[in-house]
Amino acid sequence: MSDPHSKPKIRWHIIVFLAPAVLVYTAVMIYPLFNTLRLSLFSEVEQTRVFVGLQNFRTLFGDAVWSAQFWNALANNFWFFLIHMLVQNPIGIALAAILSHPKLRFASFYRSAIFIPTILSFVIVGFAWKLILSPIWGIAPGMLDAVGLKSLYAPWLGKEAYALTTLSLVSVWQFVGIPMMLIYAALLSIPDEILEAAEVEGITGFSAFWKIKLPLILPSIGIISILTFVANFNAFDLIYAAQGALAGPDFSTDILGTFMYRTFFGFQLQLGDPHMGSTIASVMFAIILIGVCLYLFGIQSRMRRYQF
Amino acid sequence: MSVARQNNFNTYAAHGALILYTLIALFPVFVIVINSFKTRKAIFREPLALPNSDSFSLIGYETVLKQGDFFLYFQNSMIVTVGSLFFILLFGAMAAFALAEYRFRGNLIMGLYLALGIMIPIRIGTVAILEMMVQTGLVNTLWALILVYTAQGLPLAVFILSEFMRQVSDDLKNAGRIDGLSEYRIFFRLVLPLVRPAMATVAVFNMIPIWNDLWFPLILAPAEEVKTLTLGSQVFIGQFVTDWNAVLSALSLAILPVMALYVVFSRQLIRGITSGAVK
Repeated sequence: MSDPHSKPKIRWHIIVFLAPAVLVYTAVMIYPLFNTLRLSLFSEVEQTRVFVGLQNFRTLFGDAVWSAQFWNALANNFWFFLIHMLVQNPIGIALAAILSHPKLRFASFYRSAIFIPTILSFVIVGFAWKLILSPIWGIAPGMLDAVGLKSLYAPWLGKEAYALTTLSLVSVWQFVGIPMMLIYAALLSIPDEILEAAEVEGITGFSAFWKIKLPLILPSIGIISILTFVANFNAFDLIYAAQGALAGPDFSTDILGTFMYRTFFGFQLQLGDPHMGSTIASVMFAIILIGVCLYLFGIQSRMRRYQF
Repeated sequence: MSVARQNNFNTYAAHGALILYTLIALFPVFVIVINSFKTRKAIFREPLALPNSDSFSLIGYETVLKQGDFFLYFQNSMIVTVGSLFFILLFGAMAAFALAEYRFRGNLIMGLYLALGIMIPIRIGTVAILEMMVQTGLVNTLWALILVYTAQGLPLAVFILSEFMRQVSDDLKNAGRIDGLSEYRIFFRLVLPLVRPAMATVAVFNMIPIWNDLWFPLILAPAEEVKTLTLGSQVFIGQFVTDWNAVLSALSLAILPVMALYVVFSRQLIRGITSGAVK
């Protein structure tokens, strides 16, 4: 104490408190992440690992077979994401807006019930919808028949043109609870004085939502968008549970997650290739990183935050 | 008068929309569960009818319990989920305390380093994780899954818990120090009990994704004796795909534990989300 410049003694308890978390996190998450990026620069030649530089990336983008598969998966992934943004998030916001009405009865019942699909596993969701939409069982055609729209029915999951959109909508059905909850929380945090002031000015109902509430919850919508983006670009389970690793019919539901899994583990006659798997993982990492950076620097920093 | 009528109309419209969406959300679950209690004929003849004395049958459940080892799968899922939550909470709280309580060089960097993992999915590193698990002999053990889920859960846990730990009063901790308590005792005896609600929130957030994960069980622990319930039911359904009774019963059995967890923890979960813990 007498000499503030003397070397402070090491406070061991800080190290003890930090060490387990930092060790597990570094060893099981960060190190493998960078190791995967590193492995994408290697290839296996005669059962030994050799450094090949960017050759794997050249194969992925340049080789006709690989690049066709890659761009197909990427395009499908963007469509998957787009449907979530256009269907899941607006429905979630609408449900939250209705739920946040202060005098609504049974609000907590509706909230809990609508959240139920979110807690189910992809396996349950994938198979349940597969059965319901199946032409063999006939629930979907039967229900359409009941409202006179039977001609609209098609075995959606089996048709190349519809399968991806159908699965995206199933995923929307599953996860609509998350935007609903987050927006609901944001709407509840808007102070009553603001809404009352608007009411005095004659702004109520729909226009209050568009003009007052929506601008105030924009930051939450931004967070939901980036969460949706990250979740969609490493999605895998639902497609795998419903369509298998081949992401049929004819790869029409293939997204980056299933593409990476197939490449890494192999399927049918193709052998698994960890190095090409790492290459695809690196590209996924880059895409997610770009998305997150765009959000952090492009959107979030420009958004005005209101402090109440 | 007219305002009142319009309000009535709005209330009906709101309830109408919510009831419609609730039906959409619950319908598939309802159809699966009621049909799992029916005979094969009744499943196809009247898929939307409730089981009655004629159509009631437990044949699907019998097949599932005979053919699949669902008790083992359930036990594995329990061990993995509880084990991962234990380590996420213990290690997460310790690190959060260090970051929130002490000023030391590198504090901010350490916080940012740990926060990186909130946005980056651990799945990207799968190839190297599998390689590491093979080298250390952990592949096809439950430890592999526990380690991965712990690493995956820690970033958000540290982030949320350190926010809460900053709110614990300094006077209390300093009083403890004057009484001669060690830093460890201050953490375990004084601080941990006070952040219990935040710990519960973190636990509930992590519980469902861990329980439902298919990717890592499929890659790191596909052997029969370490299958989790999610992977087990996926494989079972794949094998019995033409036996509709068995498939529907397996799905219902897989829904059951998650629903039970949800009924117990839904208030905590919803409070956690709506209190803004994930901002």
